[in-house]
Amino acid sequence: MTITIEYYLVLSAFMFLVGVAGVLTRRNAIIVFMCIELMLNSANLTLIAFSSFLGSSVGQLFVFFVMTVAAAEAAVGLAIIIAIFRNRLTVNLDDINILKW
Amino acid sequence: MRELIYLTVFLPLLGFLIIGIFGSKIKSEKFIGTLGSSTIGISFLITLLAFFETLSLPIENRKFIITLFTWLKVGGLDVRFSYLVDQLSLVMALIVTGVGFIIHVYSIGYMHGDKGFWRFFAYLNLFIFAMMNLILADNFVLLFLGWEGVGLCSYLLIGFWYDRKFENSTTADAAKKAFIVNRIGDFGFLLGMFLIFLTFGSLNFEEVFSRANIFSVSTATFGFIALFLFIGATGKSAQIPLYVWLPDAMAGPTPVSALIHAATMVTAGVYMVARCSIIFASAPQIMMIIAIIGLLTALFAASIGLVQNDIKKVLAYSTVSQLGYMFLAMGVGAFTAGIFHLMTHAFFKALLFLGAGSVIHSMHEEQDIQKYGGLKKYMPITSITFLIAALAISGIPPLSGFFSKDEILWYSFTNNGFLFWLIGVLTAVLTAFYMFRLYFLTFEGQERFGHDKHPHESPKVMTYPLIILAVLSVIGGFIGIPEVFSGEHGNQFHNWLSPIFVDAERKLLKFGFHTHLEEIILMVLSVILALGSILFARYVYLKSPQVADNLSDKFSRVYKILWNKYYVDELYEKLFVNPVVNLSRNVFWKFTDGKIIDGLIHSIAKLIDLFASIFRKFQTGLAQFYALIMVFGIAITLLWIILSF
Repeated sequence: MTITIEYYLVLSAFMFLVGVAGVLTRRNAIIVFMCIELMLNSANLTLIAFSSFLGSSVGQLFVFFVMTVAAAEAAVGLAIIIAIFRNRLTVNLDDINILKW
Repeated sequence: MRELIYLTVFLPLLGFLIIGIFGSKIKSEKFIGTLGSSTIGISFLITLLAFFETLSLPIENRKFIITLFTWLKVGGLDVRFSYLVDQLSLVMALIVTGVGFIIHVYSIGYMHGDKGFWRFFAYLNLFIFAMMNLILADNFVLLFLGWEGVGLCSYLLIGFWYDRKFENSTTADAAKKAFIVNRIGDFGFLLGMFLIFLTFGSLNFEEVFSRANIFSVSTATFGFIALFLFIGATGKSAQIPLYVWLPDAMAGPTPVSALIHAATMVTAGVYMVARCSIIFASAPQIMMIIAIIGLLTALFAASIGLVQNDIKKVLAYSTVSQLGYMFLAMGVGAFTAGIFHLMTHAFFKALLFLGAGSVIHSMHEEQDIQKYGGLKKYMPITSITFLIAALAISGIPPLSGFFSKDEILWYSFTNNGFLFWLIGVLTAVLTAFYMFRLYFLTFEGQERFGHDKHPHESPKVMTYPLIILAVLSVIGGFIGIPEVFSGEHGNQFHNWLSPIFVDAERKLLKFGFHTHLEEIILMVLSVILALGSILFARYVYLKSPQVADNLSDKFSRVYKILWNKYYVDELYEKLFVNPVVNLSRNVFWKFTDGKIIDGLIHSIAKLIDLFASIFRKFQTGLAQFYALIMVFGIAITLLWIILSF
């Protein structure tokens, strides 16, 4: 049984939806953060799949970029979460609503 | 020196700036007084030199215009800061700087020790600056600048002692009254100016007056222009119906009353009418109105002056009355006579006020003449100079008032008839009576003041100005000796001023031929009546004081009306002030401002508030909620893209 591109796309769409659902529904900032990573990686999976399917290395190059940016972003994001936790002793998103008037 | 005439305007301004800015730091009264007086003194010298220079020139070269810079240039309107030196403005400038200088010197003594000494001199200098602008202006706009400027100074100086009580209110109220009443007149003056610009296309004196001679303008237009200008004059020069502010203006320090409210500012209206003589001469109906208003004001104010007890009030009503004379002269076309009376009046009325100031000063601010009496032996110089001024204003020959007043009476007889002369003489009789009532009650008879008062003669800095003005009051009339006495030379003052009024006089029809005999008969008659009036005052107030009480009991109703000044203030209060205040409060404030303007703004705010209360619901502050909306948005967009294939 050959694994066609549709398999990859369906998997990556599923991962993306899991990520979206997590971002929208979970209240723990760490989990929301992980879900964002999940969405990023589902996009990466799509890129890799297409790269292999089309026999072009451009997609892989993109993925490296995304991973670099994601690593940097993860560092900053986690730092923010730690800073918030130090301030308010919580990472519950419902309690972090200082933007609301 | 005519080229330097602008210095007479700007030196007082410089004095004002220096004293006004640094005055509070300068502790020396001597320095401020000397500086304030010397700016005016130098201006006077310059004016005097310019006068002699002009006098030495032939008549056709006597007019001189100096332009400093262009002030406004919009379309057809070209207003310049330029000063006009001619016979009329020189006479006025000599009066203003001369009498102004004397009163400045007097003020050094009168205001000694006042905490606002520097402020007083700053205001006085500013006043002279504005007044000189008014006089020397060669166009209506610059004249109006001076016109408003003197009004402002008048306001500032009436309310100078703003923390003092005045009658039933404060001096600030009196100042406000003067300012507001003047504004009504100024409105008329402005309308007149607009109409002049509309009719003649210029506001420059020379252009307007020459065009008034050439352009074919209807009498009605001239009538409206003249009427509006005259309304302006009634405000500034305290004529019926706008005279009410002048008696209240006595709330200010006495030198102010002498300078502004007797000698100079209040004569601005007379000057303006004389300056625009050609316009007024083209509107004979308005000339008639001016003559009647002048005559009525003269009689009306003199009758109020009969019974007042405040020394400055009597003089204030006397000023209103004498200004009425000047307008009578303008109205009957005797422009030179009016200006002549303006000059002699400046001398003797300034003297009367300064004399009154000297008395008030030594009587510790007491102004009620019923509480004076017998002051002659304490203050000889003041009493003698006051007597001279009283004789001058009563028209006793050969003092200055006699010549100027009789000239006006004579012209009102020849030009407007016997009735005008009769009322004029009646006013002169009343004038002589109240003036000598004032003199006898103040300086002669029993002492009616308490032992706490120690009257004394004023210092030299105050008595010398009195002496100078007394000399002027005596000899001031000799420059205008009527033709009947001086023979072929004619009236010198008339010869000097006549080139200014030649066009106006040509337009006015003089009717009737009168002999010198008639003139002498009328003159003698008015002098005899005035003398009789003085003797009657002497009899009533010196010989048998009970007669005065009997008279006031007998005519108690008349006395009460006069004492309450014909209830004009009360009438104005009911007719104008209260309706305006009520209208402002109930309609303009509570309805227009409160309901309409505030209501509009409030409802706009409410509308925004309503929108906000709806849209605020979306702003939960939860990032996840925003993300959800975003996801929905993206999903719908994607769906739309896919379906549109």
